[in-house]
This record gives sequence, structure tokens and C-alpha cells, in this order.
Amino acid sequence: MEAKVSLEKIYAPSQDVVARQVQGEFIIIPITSGIGDLEDEIFTLNETGRAIWDRLDGKKNLKQVAKDLSTDFDAESDAIEKDLLGLTQELIKRKMLVEVGRG
Amino acid sequence: MFRKSLKPALGWLDLELTERCNNNCIHCCINLPKDDLAAKKRELSTDRIKEILKEAALLGCMTVRFTGGEPLLREDFTELYLFARRSGLKVMIFTNATLITPELAQIFAHTPPFEKMEVTVYGMKEKSYEAVTGVKGSFIAAFRGIDLLRKHKIPFVVKGALLPNNKDEIDEFEAWAKNIPWMDGQPPSYSMFFDLRCRRDAKSQQIKKVRLSAEEGLQVLTRKKNKYIKGMQEFCSKFMRSSGDNLFSCGSGNSSGCVDAYGFFQPCMMLRHPQTVYDLKKGSLEDAVTNFFPKVRKLKAQNKDYLERCAHCFLKGLCEQCPAKSWSEYGTLDTPIEYLCEIAHAQARFLGLVRENEVAWEVENWKERIDELSAKKLEE
Repeated sequence: MEAKVSLEKIYAPSQDVVARQVQGEFIIIPITSGIGDLEDEIFTLNETGRAIWDRLDGKKNLKQVAKDLSTDFDAESDAIEKDLLGLTQELIKRKMLVEVGRG
Repeated sequence: MFRKSLKPALGWLDLELTERCNNNCIHCCINLPKDDLAAKKRELSTDRIKEILKEAALLGCMTVRFTGGEPLLREDFTELYLFARRSGLKVMIFTNATLITPELAQIFAHTPPFEKMEVTVYGMKEKSYEAVTGVKGSFIAAFRGIDLLRKHKIPFVVKGALLPNNKDEIDEFEAWAKNIPWMDGQPPSYSMFFDLRCRRDAKSQQIKKVRLSAEEGLQVLTRKKNKYIKGMQEFCSKFMRSSGDNLFSCGSGNSSGCVDAYGFFQPCMMLRHPQTVYDLKKGSLEDAVTNFFPKVRKLKAQNKDYLERCAHCFLKGLCEQCPAKSWSEYGTLDTPIEYLCEIAHAQARFLGLVRENEVAWEVENWKERIDELSAKKLEE
């Protein structure tokens, strides 16, 4: 059972993945088994995805991350929060992100 | 925002961790004894290999192939393997499987290589296997290693080396290999036209004695005649043409290369001609890939026989003539290799591309002959 993603929670990249910038693409590579849908899947994040990934550093909760993104990208906070929750849910499902606390 | 990448971004590096091997195969182009202390002393240090892996990752490399010798023979193999994976590299391992322990299998299961391991099998019976490897107990050790891979569901494929000692076991080998899930129902690949020693030592004479002749090889290749012809119809329609005086028609050194056990960076695993090798003590992978290899790849043939024969020969796609083979056979980059020429001609004659007593470089209507081959209806 996956824990519900919440704006009050703090998330960080899993120790079981490595993120790399390769030929202009930002990719997430599983290191251990059981990450992603398939054993050898590599995932690519677009610019927005990367901006989110870079801020999921285990220090700020999603609400604060959304606020930062809203300022940096001059975008509506509601829309940002929706994207942020969606991506976080997806990354948690693939065990690429882990919950590290509340804040 | 979140999408699956179609394929790894780029890049490939071969890393020869050692030339030493715990087997002593009679056909091997590289192996040194496992306890060769002089070789061991010259090998790259753990830290230097980590630096190379780190630089490879920074250059965009996605896969590193650990090869040898027997790469598992290095005492720091696990450390290097985990470092490569933690650097975001996939790792392909070429191994004889004899040194796979339960502990190592567990490591592979927890931190998968994400590339199928490739295991070479030298025979299906203890006697034939060990006649090739020259090491008592290697048969049992190899199959124990293979069983561990299967038990831990670590993807691997098997390859064969066909020698006088084991070539009669080919059907047994294929039947056994069929049950390995990661073979995807495909038959194993074989090596049988063995390369001579890439360090050009005396053991080459022994290899010459055990590599199959062109006719023997043809018999193996055409065991399933229709399948072979069908494959060649497609292959020949795409890849047959002469390459002129260009020495490099493969992808060697083109965003890829091989670091040997001592820190020399080569365009491919076999090519150790001094003119084509880059010393990493004096530079970087990046400098080699961006400045040195492109110059190597532009080298032109100068050998008179090569220019008269190979440069005009339309069998280029069938022939393994290349600078690496020329190096191991003759110590040059461009000497025509009669053995490879015989192999290509034997196949071409079988396919009707070259008639008896003809040589391919004198055939003018070769395109018509390829069209004829493509149009040929196969018997049921």
C-alpha cells in the first residue's frame, strides 16, 4: 500500500537511483532491483520535471517546493501544486523518491 | 513531464580489467596466467579505474563492459562493479562464470548489471570443456556459476567457442541453451575463426592449429541451410560493397573504445597497434574520443595487395578483414589476411556470389549477383 502524497510531507531522491544529465536529457537510472516498472528502465524528465526533482532535496515540504517553483517560474501556485503532486506520486510509485518527514 | 526514455542516451566503454585468467584456453587471444604477478603489478589501480568510470559517465557513457582475461579475477571486482552502477552506468560482464560465488550472485541480484551477462561455454562435457580450458575443475565451476545466475534470476546469455574438442556437441549445446530464459529462444552465437594473440606472442601458433578452416566453418554456418540463406539474402542486400582505401568501416573509436588493463585506450578491444593506441597517463578519455580516435579512423590503407584486392572487394560485409585483425595476424594495419579471405570466399561461393576459380575483387557485375541471390526462392 502506497502512502498518500501530501503537500505537508518532505521527499528526497531514493538512494537506489542515480540522476544524470546525458546529452541534454535528464535521466533517472535505477541502481537496485525493484525500481521502476521493469528492471532496466531508464526514465527521462523534461525541464519542468527536472526543476521539481532538483527541489525535492529532503529539506522542504511540497507546499514550500510549490511556492519556490511558483516564484521561480512565475506560475499559479494551484497549477504548480497539481503538477507537483502528480509527479511526486509517480516517482513514489516507482520507488525513485522516498518520504523523509513532515514539515 | 514524466516519460520513458526510448533507449540509453549514448556511449559505450569496454574496460579490460585484467589480461589474466583462471582458465588457459587454447584458442584465447589474450589470456595470461592468473598468477602472473608482473601483469598484475602493471594493472590499473582501483582508484584509477574509478576515475576512468567517473569520466566515462561524465562523457555520457551509458554502458561499460567489464572484460578480460577473466574480470572476476580482480580482487576489487565487486568494488568496481558497484562503483560503476552507482555512477549510473549499466555494466555488461564477459565471464567464464567459474568465479561466481553465492555472495556475488546476491550482489548481482540486489544491484543488477542491467545488461545481460555473457558467459562463454567451452563444452558440454567435462572432458571436452577442460580440453579447451586446460584447468581441472573448470567445468564444474562454470556450471555451478551458471546455476547461481539462474537461481538468482540474473539475466545472462551463453556463447560457444567451437573447437575440434567440442564441435560435435553443438546440437547438445543449442538444446541446453534453448532453456535459458534470457536467450529469448535464439541460438547461441559462436566463435570459431579465432583471432590470433593481440599481444602478438608465440601462442598464436597454437591458435592457428585449432581454429576451424573456411570449409569447416562453412559447414557449421550452413547447418540450417535455408535459415542461413534467408539471413544472407537480407544481409547481402544491405551490406555488400567495397570500402576503398578506408581502413575503418566499423564503428570502432566512434564514441566508443576499450581501455586495456594497463591504461591504454584503444578504438576496439583487439586493436593494439601502437599508432592507434592512446596513453591515458598522458591524457583523458575525452581527448582520445574527440581528437585522437577521429584521426585514427581517417587512416588509409597503403599496402599494395590491400589496395589491389580488399579495396575493390565487394565481400567487405562478409569479410572480417580490419586493422585489428591485420595487427594480430601480421603486426600491420592493412595486410590482407588470407585466412579471412578464404572464409569470405567460401561463403560467397556457397551463396553463388562468386564462381569457382573467381576472386571477388575481379567480379564486375556483383550487384546483379546480389540481386539474383535476393530473388532466389528457397526450397521447402
